[in-house]
Amino acid sequence: MVKKIKPNLSVKIGKLEMKNPVMVASGTFGYAAEFRELMDLKKLGAIVTKTITLKGRQGNLPPRTCETPAGMLNSIGLENPGIDRFIGEKLVFLKKLGVPVIVSIAAENNPEEFITLANKLNGFMEIAAIELNISCPNLQKDKLISQDPRATFALVEAVRRVTEKCLIVKLSPNVSSITEIALSAVQAGADALALINTLGGMCIDVNKQTPKLGAWVGGLSGPAIRPVAVKMVWEVYNKTKVPIIGMGGIIDVSSALEFFLAGAAAISVGTANFVNPRASLEIITGLERYMAEHNLQNLSALTGKLKACKN
Amino acid sequence: MPAAQIKTKIITNRRLKANYWHLEFESGLIARSARPGQFVNIRVNDLLEPLLRRPLSIHGVKGARVKVIYEVLGKGTQALSQRKSGEFLDIIGPLGNGFDYPSAAKSKGKYILVAGGMGVAPLLFLAEKLKTLKPLVLIGARAKELIICTPEFKALGAEIKLATDDGSAGFNGRVTQLLEIELKQTRAAVIFACGPHPMLKAAAQIAASSQLPAQLSLEAHMACGIGACLGCVVSTKDGYKSVCKDGPVFSGQDLIW
Ligand SMILES: Cc1cc2nc3c(=O)[nH]c(=O)nc-3n(C[C@H](O)[C@H](O)[C@H](O)COP(=O)(O)OP(=O)(O)OC[C@H]3O[C@@H](n4cnc5c(N)ncnc54)[C@H](O)[C@@H]3O)c2cc1C
Ligand SMILES: Cc1cc2nc3c(=O)[nH]c(=O)nc-3n(C[C@H](O)[C@H](O)[C@H](O)COP(=O)(O)O)c2cc1C
Ligand code: FES
Repeated sequence: MVKKIKPNLSVKIGKLEMKNPVMVASGTFGYAAEFRELMDLKKLGAIVTKTITLKGRQGNLPPRTCETPAGMLNSIGLENPGIDRFIGEKLVFLKKLGVPVIVSIAAENNPEEFITLANKLNGFMEIAAIELNISCPNLQKDKLISQDPRATFALVEAVRRVTEKCLIVKLSPNVSSITEIALSAVQAGADALALINTLGGMCIDVNKQTPKLGAWVGGLSGPAIRPVAVKMVWEVYNKTKVPIIGMGGIIDVSSALEFFLAGAAAISVGTANFVNPRASLEIITGLERYMAEHNLQNLSALTGKLKACKN
Repeated sequence: MPAAQIKTKIITNRRLKANYWHLEFESGLIARSARPGQFVNIRVNDLLEPLLRRPLSIHGVKGARVKVIYEVLGKGTQALSQRKSGEFLDIIGPLGNGFDYPSAAKSKGKYILVAGGMGVAPLLFLAEKLKTLKPLVLIGARAKELIICTPEFKALGAEIKLATDDGSAGFNGRVTQLLEIELKQTRAAVIFACGPHPMLKAAAQIAASSQLPAQLSLEAHMACGIGACLGCVVSTKDGYKSVCKDGPVFSGQDLIW
């Protein structure tokens, strides 16, 4: 009998060290405390917070979610208490977990807000990384920063100058060339790329003849978007060296493995947290089993190891 | 009380009448800590359709058994109705705040429970807890054959009055009109209501004009059910609140309609 190896699931993304590559995606996990009764939070590779803005935001008009085939639309509109209340009220619980905390931040009006936000977070040791959400479709802007390579470069470079923390840039799939944006972020000093954020979408109630969301349009997530996400991860992996955090429709170990094979160094579980709060933990055990069965000692033996079809 | 995610066998899942179904499952954990007005969030199958869980009120508990009643409306409740006893269901609960019945009344008088359609679901559980107070229960529905749970309320010693839109049973009209009539004759202490949004709005207005406290159980589309996504919010005097975590029960005077 072949002796099974004990795989090592740890991964390093810039300065961010994780015991396993499974994190939970921004906006789908609140501030972690919401899930504490339902799972052992300490087992997660990292936790990404809901996106925080400088001032508190009350978010969009309800209804804010609607179910779609194998997915959902949301138009939350970045409801959050603002950075100061986040630090005062939410970070306290997160800090105690002993799991790397990644704080997602966004600007409402002026890109300068990113700098102020990063400066406020710099002082906290427990914050392992900052994720720049330049891809939220729910801010009712004509154009997202992540839809413009130059704006992406300028912003990432400016934040890079003020923080030494691991800097993750989260990209939007609503672009014609994901690699162009990815390269801009990398050249400006991003330590990692997170992709994808939600795809723009709309749902209509034909009886009422109204949109199903109060904000009319929203962002699509869940298994429905997985093929789009996997392709984008694969395209970006082929063009850059920086680690990729892959997400979009991951619900189990097999869907997570698609992302690793396409080139992700780590993955994030989003909508699946609503469906099955234990999904992320089940993925960690499933990944360990898969690696043992395929004799993979480290994640580097898995990331990007996609092969061509054989006829 | 902490919520839990459990996998448990269906004990019964059968049609009551019309489109109304009765589901029972075993969970000591949920049964022990459930309060009236709280709900469970059920994954109706293991497929991607429907993707999200469906919230259903806790209708009652008996020992370690938890009861739920539901109306088959769309694909989620349709799929749930297909599940057989002995099969496993993935359930999270108990969730939400529940009715604050111990300190509800500010003055002496009747406890009035107002149910619209499926709104009887959480109110029967509440009526059990209020048994010694002999509450007055007003049940409204479109027609006589859509009224459920009257024997159960009667067994608790509650006084029941019906209202139907077509006049086939009880008062001919809306249950909130019946409430207005009752308030003229009865000294009330507090109103608890569950039902469609317009009915709750009317109940809140009636309670306010009679200077009565009202506790209303709201519905909203939910994704997480645990206060994480901020998808299910309702407008209150204190800003947006989540129906799943801050609610589903809200005080009438706090809501902005
Ligand atoms: C806290 C809470 C407790 C509830 N308790 C009960 C109960 O005890 N018994 C019961 O029969 N129903 C209850 N509901 C409503 C129930 O959740 C919905 O009827 C159900 O989710 C519909 O799912 P569906 O897939 O069958 O319908 P869908 O195909 O999703 O939709 C059918 C119709 O139901 C509406 N709907 C869909 N989801 C919801 C929702 N989450 N809330 C309100 N309306 C919705 C849609 O707008 C549509 O008109 C409760 C809802 C909440 C929020
Ligand atoms: C309800 C909801 C809220 C979200 N909020 C945010 C957010 O605040 N910031 C962000 O960067 N992404 C947000 N996202 C996007 C997710 O982090 C993720 O990128 C996307 O949903 C794709 O992954 P999934 O299919 O696994 O959900 C949100 C997604 C959902 C469903
Ligand atoms: S359903 Fe997610 S916050 Fe209520």
